[in-house]
Amino acid sequence: MTAAGAAAKTAAKAAGAGGLLEVRDLKVHFRLPRRNLLTPGGTVHAVDGISCTVRRGSTFGIVGESGSGKTTAALAAMRLVPVTEGSIKLDGVELTTLEGEALRRMRRRIQIVFQDPYSSLNPRMRAGAIVREPMDLMEVGEPGERGPRVSELFRRVGLRPEQAALFPHQFSGGQRQRIGVARALATQPELIVCDEPVSALDVAIQAQILNLLRELQERFGLTYLFISHDLGVMQYICDDVAVMYLGEIVEQADRISLFTLPLHPYTWALISAVPSARRRKGRTAARVHLEGDPPSPIDPPPGCRFAPRCPFAVDRCRREKPALREVRKGHLVSCHLVGEDCVPPHAAASAAAVASAAASTIQPH
Amino acid sequence: MSEPQARAGARAGARTGAAARGSDAAPDRIEHPFVEFLRMYVRNWAATAGFAIFSVILFSALFAPMLLARDPFEMVWMPFTPPGQDGFVLGTDNLGRDMLTAILYGARATLVVGASAATLTIVIGITIGSFAGYYRGWVDEVLMRITEFFQVLPPLLLAMVLVALFSPTLPTVAIAIGVVSWTGVARLARAEFMRIRELEFVKAARSIGSRNRRIIWRVILPNALPPLIVNAALTVGVAILFEAALSFLGLSDPNVMSWGKLIGDNRDYLLDAPWTVTIPGVAIFLTVLAISLIGDGLNDAFNPRLRER
Repeated sequence: MTAAGAAAKTAAKAAGAGGLLEVRDLKVHFRLPRRNLLTPGGTVHAVDGISCTVRRGSTFGIVGESGSGKTTAALAAMRLVPVTEGSIKLDGVELTTLEGEALRRMRRRIQIVFQDPYSSLNPRMRAGAIVREPMDLMEVGEPGERGPRVSELFRRVGLRPEQAALFPHQFSGGQRQRIGVARALATQPELIVCDEPVSALDVAIQAQILNLLRELQERFGLTYLFISHDLGVMQYICDDVAVMYLGEIVEQADRISLFTLPLHPYTWALISAVPSARRRKGRTAARVHLEGDPPSPIDPPPGCRFAPRCPFAVDRCRREKPALREVRKGHLVSCHLVGEDCVPPHAAASAAAVASAAASTIQPH
Repeated sequence: MSEPQARAGARAGARTGAAARGSDAAPDRIEHPFVEFLRMYVRNWAATAGFAIFSVILFSALFAPMLLARDPFEMVWMPFTPPGQDGFVLGTDNLGRDMLTAILYGARATLVVGASAATLTIVIGITIGSFAGYYRGWVDEVLMRITEFFQVLPPLLLAMVLVALFSPTLPTVAIAIGVVSWTGVARLARAEFMRIRELEFVKAARSIGSRNRRIIWRVILPNALPPLIVNAALTVGVAILFEAALSFLGLSDPNVMSWGKLIGDNRDYLLDAPWTVTIPGVAIFLTVLAISLIGDGLNDAFNPRLRER
């Protein structure tokens, strides 16, 4: 890390006390086509009321399994899917009401790195043209400066400027993702949405891309909204993490709190499912297997959405929807079973098991 | 070496060539897509043959006045002179006109009508299909209902009505053929647009500030073109057959010689002078065959799954 880069990051962090991106009660619903004239089509609650604040210069992660709505949430932040309800503010500017040219110009400030490096680059354009295009469309800098800037961006993301003449299919997956990163950087955005940028790459390449993203963040003071289903990746790159389940945030905390003391049973199950080479102390020895699939986002359960799969669910969970509340500073969770003392249900359950086991051994025959 | 063996040999050769390139760690060898396309095309011998046949036909049509400076309508000899007799390579027809001249000059009208009708087909089809497939919703509904309306009409009948209503000139014939045959292209273009619009590079194009117009014509269309080009090539063949059918029915320009007109004029003498009908028939057959082979070759060359890299 260069001193200047570090300074830029610190300055950026200090300036953005309020957060660069503020999402309030964001809902994205998709209407399904009606089956016939009489029955109305259902509604997919892809994102159902999420709120979060992404601090300037930080990396905010959204983690969840397939279908949890994390990608939809990210695309909504870029207005690439229609927003049903709620507010998204970038630096105080409301994005959900922007239309036409204003929306187009706003996109200069938010860019996106897509999941699949094979389909996110136009196969008929040369790599250099792909990186140059955003500058031409958004009128970034003078036309004469754009060529040299393309070369600079290529070097910056670890490609050789000569490779600008190649077509996407002549690159490997990791290289293609680098082109995607260069394209996202071209308009000098403040926020970059990373939609599972490494999940299509093999592990060695994943690390390279993650390091590249970190390095670029330090140098340019970038803010990332990072979507992934991989907790290992999250733990590596994110400052704050939100866990999504079926369109809602069930737990949100800074990285350290979330990984050392997960409060929501779903988070706990996710973390325990991460394979680990060495058995660490404090990690739940037994792996938790969640039964079944998430319920349908067309017809979500009335109470807690995780209740049907939760091993600790009680009656109240099935009837009453838990609110996302702050149980410790900066640690939000939506679970009825997490008490004021911040004891997660899984810990309480294992404590009870230990107690009952102890009681049975002590009891005289 | 038999033909299949020769082809297998050629493929194996190409494969080792590809492997040699692949082993290079940094694939810096730039093969322009057009060069790659040509390499793929010439590998298909039938398509190459089709291209050769078509080139000969196109050449003779283009340079007909230089090859044979004669009026194709001029009566030059006795009617029904068989091919080869009295110096008439392809004989003469019912009015004593030279068949060779008629075939050469007829190729011009046939190809012009075929090409312009196919162009019109492609333009209407791509425009309708791309808007329907890109915008979806009510735009799609309206455009597809219109397409279906044209699909249910019998095409030959509609073309006949159009030509009969307006003047029987070559432009009218070309327009009539174009108007009745764009539906297939429209549906194909729509399907391609619907597929490609969901790909991430289209989202990427939007995120970097491309407007709808740019996304349709500059981002999606180039990627949708391969199957459309193949379809266009096949459409030329269909249009030529259409023109022949209309001429045969006497619904084409009577002042322009075309192969269909030649067949139509001589159809009553099929048994007495079979060459008057079969020679233009063979010409049509060869042209359509050549174009179909070209279309097939284009399809193979554009299809990445058939590329043995």
